Amino acid sequence: MKNAHDSIRKGEGPILKIEGLTVDFLSNDAPVRAVDNVSFQVNRGETLVILGESGSGKSVSTSTVMDLVDCPPGDIVGGSCLFDGIELSRLDPEGRRNINGRRIAMIFQDPLAYLNPVYTVGRQIAEVFESHDAAQGAQARANAIELLRRVGIPEPESRVDFYPHQFSGGQRQRVMIAMAIALKPDMLIADEPTTALDVSVQAQILDLLRDLQRETGMALVMITHDLEVAASMADRIIVMNGGKIVESGLAQKVFDNPQHPYTRRLIAALPHGEAAEASHRRSTDIRGETLLKVEHLTKEYVLASGAFAGKRRFRAVDDVSFDVRKGETLGIVGESGSGKSSIARILLRLNEPSSGKAFYAGENIFEMSGKRLVAFRRKVQMVFQDPYGSMNPRMNVRSIISEPWAIHRDLLARNRWKDRVAELLELVGLKPDHAERYPHQFSGGQRQRIAIARALASEPELIVCDEAVSALDVSIQAQVIDLLADLRTRLGLSYIFITHDLPIVRHFADRIMVMKQGKIVEEGPTSALFSAPQHDYTRSLLRAVPKPKWLMSTDAPSAAPGELRPERTRNGSMAG
Amino acid sequence: MTIISPDAEPAAAPGTSRVLLAYLRRDRLALAAAIFLALLVLAALLGPWLVGDAASRLGLRQRNLAPFSPDHAWIYFLGADTLGRPILARLVVGAQSTLGIAAAAVFSSMLIGGTLGLVAGYSERWYSHLILRLADVVMSFPSLLLALIVLYTLGPSITNLVIVLAITRMPIYLRTARAEVLELRERMFVSAARSMGAGPARIILRHIAPLVLPTLVTIAAIDFATVILSESALSFLGLGIQPPDFTWGAMVANGRGYLSTAWWIAFWPGLAIMLTTLSLNILSNWARTVADPQQRWRLQTLRKAAR
Amino acid sequence: MFSYIGRRASHSILSVIGLLTLVFFLTRLTGDPSALYLPLDATAEARSAFARLNGLDQPIPWQFAEYLKDLLHLDFGQSLRQNRSAIEVALQAFPETLKLALVAITLSTALAILVGSLAAARPGSLFDRIASLASLAGASAPDFWVAIVGILVFAVGLEVLPTSGTGTWAHWIMPIFVLMLRPFGLLVQVVRGTMLSALASPYIKTARAKGVRRQKIIFGHALRNSLLPVVTVAGDLATGLVNGAVVVETIFGWPGIGKLMIDSIIQRDFAVVQSTILVTATAIFILNIAIDLLYAFLDPRIRY
Repeated sequence: MKNAHDSIRKGEGPILKIEGLTVDFLSNDAPVRAVDNVSFQVNRGETLVILGESGSGKSVSTSTVMDLVDCPPGDIVGGSCLFDGIELSRLDPEGRRNINGRRIAMIFQDPLAYLNPVYTVGRQIAEVFESHDAAQGAQARANAIELLRRVGIPEPESRVDFYPHQFSGGQRQRVMIAMAIALKPDMLIADEPTTALDVSVQAQILDLLRDLQRETGMALVMITHDLEVAASMADRIIVMNGGKIVESGLAQKVFDNPQHPYTRRLIAALPHGEAAEASHRRSTDIRGETLLKVEHLTKEYVLASGAFAGKRRFRAVDDVSFDVRKGETLGIVGESGSGKSSIARILLRLNEPSSGKAFYAGENIFEMSGKRLVAFRRKVQMVFQDPYGSMNPRMNVRSIISEPWAIHRDLLARNRWKDRVAELLELVGLKPDHAERYPHQFSGGQRQRIAIARALASEPELIVCDEAVSALDVSIQAQVIDLLADLRTRLGLSYIFITHDLPIVRHFADRIMVMKQGKIVEEGPTSALFSAPQHDYTRSLLRAVPKPKWLMSTDAPSAAPGELRPERTRNGSMAG
Repeated sequence: MTIISPDAEPAAAPGTSRVLLAYLRRDRLALAAAIFLALLVLAALLGPWLVGDAASRLGLRQRNLAPFSPDHAWIYFLGADTLGRPILARLVVGAQSTLGIAAAAVFSSMLIGGTLGLVAGYSERWYSHLILRLADVVMSFPSLLLALIVLYTLGPSITNLVIVLAITRMPIYLRTARAEVLELRERMFVSAARSMGAGPARIILRHIAPLVLPTLVTIAAIDFATVILSESALSFLGLGIQPPDFTWGAMVANGRGYLSTAWWIAFWPGLAIMLTTLSLNILSNWARTVADPQQRWRLQTLRKAAR
Repeated sequence: MFSYIGRRASHSILSVIGLLTLVFFLTRLTGDPSALYLPLDATAEARSAFARLNGLDQPIPWQFAEYLKDLLHLDFGQSLRQNRSAIEVALQAFPETLKLALVAITLSTALAILVGSLAAARPGSLFDRIASLASLAGASAPDFWVAIVGILVFAVGLEVLPTSGTGTWAHWIMPIFVLMLRPFGLLVQVVRGTMLSALASPYIKTARAKGVRRQKIIFGHALRNSLLPVVTVAGDLATGLVNGAVVVETIFGWPGIGKLMIDSIIQRDFAVVQSTILVTATAIFILNIAIDLLYAFLDPRIRY
């Protein structure tokens, strides 16, 4: 808040004032109202967060400000957008063009799609200067290099000639930011800028945005669906639902004392760390016998790259050993590229390992073939991240759940299938008459229940869950995890639970294995790992979860990498 | 961490015939094309039964009769050929063989190409590579030349014509099917089936083939026009259908020698080919717009809200 | 890069050899050429002498071995009809077709890019609707029919253009027009379609948010990205032009390789058929490699 006050330089009053904005999308039926009589203002130098789920109209309202809504099928029914005293809807195309990029800039969710794939990043940044006649040729290029340096791209002199696909996801977002701040705009609109990124990269991008805002004094409008990101950035907050603003106010106030039922429901769904420690979801009945023993598992990919570079080797999984006991839940945690999903695919023989052994009930999985492999595949099942993608869209629920019986003929007589499907559906909390429907007729949480029912159909001993709840709403996540925990107790199952999300496994796993770049960096019982993380990487993962802005020390700059920050957060999920 | 997840329900497929009909009415050109094609199919099915005799009846008095001649029967409306046979009747009979040959060729190339594509996409054994190389050879060589050589060797007949057309169009289905399989093979429901222990046969037949089929059928619809053009070019060059059978292409070839005296003999069948292929292309263009969620609004009514 | 070209070239050579093998056996099945080249009352001795002279008395596999041996010495056989080296005959006809094809594909690509992108810039406008219909008509027209209707109108009716042959610039007009029709029609469709999806793509939103000028958005960003699929289709169409060339050259009496091929098949002039196929196939394989290289040049994401 103090930052915001410091940076107000250009006089008082709002920079952007939106009044009664209403936007429709036209189609065959009655127009769909995307934004419904929305009014809000953005003050100079402040950070306004617009919070809402997809379809809440949060992106459409800011796209209207940028004139990015295609009409038709879009239709601006009414309202005014007053930017620094200029009515935007009355400007001619040239007038609009002069504001876009120069006075208001925008960054988007998926920088790979939002950067032109066939031009170098330097050229795309220089284009901002050229389009607004701010600099040309060599000068524009020099400016581009300077901007890349500012947003933290290493070796900007050479990287300026790289194409977007040659950068990592976080770097691409930095390039987008460089493009946006090129002409020092008065306002930056960031539409879900960190949604596709790993938590540690997300933290860096949010830090960069905060620093740039402090430097330039621009107003920042941030659109997000993520409550924690919202809390860590916002001075003020607007909550949108169904095209309408349901709540607005100072961030701390909205979070501590939400008024609208919708906001209350959202905030209640945040996981609370203290509760997790006393979780009933952890296993109570771990018997000593080892079900799965993995020894020195390695998966190496050979990347052929050109005639001169020779072959590069890449170890997706690097000498990994662990075991899973009966009735136990092992959590495997890591960011993208850590090799956690490769392990799952290798254990299920979907990919072959380069070396190593894995013993299931004493028998090496990788040497199984024919009947033994089929028998193994009956005992070990997998639940995938995207339940919709893991089901054939042309099959109804009944044939999806009974597929294991069609494959393993001796499992169940055909005349018993129908009853058993009904039983399984009830077991996972669905109705038996759902059996004739198709996957697309269910919500995400329901689909994951169907996937679990399918996994249970072959009466497995071990279920591998690969990011099984990551695509779900937090309240739904909790329900699915409750279901998994309940099934474990009732059926004596073991789980390998793979996720990128530390707080989730805290509720559920008995032991956690943290992975980075194919290696295990830390392994231990869940409570020990959370209370006293040994490895730097584990600590940085725990730290990367965004913390509310009003709890951060206002005069300290954002933490440098490696430096420890206070562990205590408002929602306590990281409490040490 | 995700707090509110976008849990969007996929929109209901625009597959209901009522909606499609409404889209068709919004595009008058596509509507006209659809009506023309429907009439053509009707003519091809019933025509030979109605005017089959007239098409082969020689008429000395009507030799090279000009079109729109007032004092002749309606069947001579488009004129008559050098042997006095009414062109209108011959067009109707020719429609059956033209469309029939094209349909047979398209169907068999879809079936063979699709099957080979499934195999080449799913398996990585030596025969997959062989299939691909063969497709490359067929693909990279001008289809008409290949057809000419094969037809000249095997001798022109309807069966050979269908075989040749099917072979030259096959690589398209093969490659599309293979590309789809390569993508589907990595989809999670295939991984799920494999992890449950499903064998290759079950995965291909139960999980992959049903999803490849709609794409192939779409291509077949578009390809129909190309095959009609190829067939008529071959028949025009004299290596396609042989008398007494004839297609529109062969009718153009017959009339070529009489251009300066009786232009209508070559003109009408060519126009029929053109209108048919044009209608097919217009319809497939329309279907592309319907299938593209970003363009579909162009065919919708777009009622604005009152203000 | 070089290894890629090497790999492509070896694939292509294998394909050409496969094709030549296929054609060798197929053409041998069409019948005995001596029936065509000797008088009907020729004696059996004369026939066998003719066969011996041209190596036709040997079993077909033996002939094939001989043929391969000759190929290695760059000897492609003699034309029975013209009594010259077959490859010479083919190479003499090839430039005539190449001239036609180059002009046709260049003109139709350039025109199609212009018309297609202007149509996509204002979808639904009058220009767009006319361009769409015209291009659909072009893609749907049977070329042989357009050719004879052209002769009917411009040569027989108006008498402004020659019916066939070569020589003056007027001889070029109808063949080029007929040859252009189909590539032009298909390419306008492709350009318009890819431009429409390019204009709806996220990076165009970025450009608009940056305040880039409209012209530069259409031609700098959208068209530049649309060129990739256009190049692929143009390459396929260039192969298909040989189809059109056969028809056009036959109708307009153009002494190119398409006409030569049909004539040689009908005359059973095997060596010439083989040579024309060798020449066309080689040209097409070179074209395909060139297209791949152009594609890599246009799309920085592709590296061989």
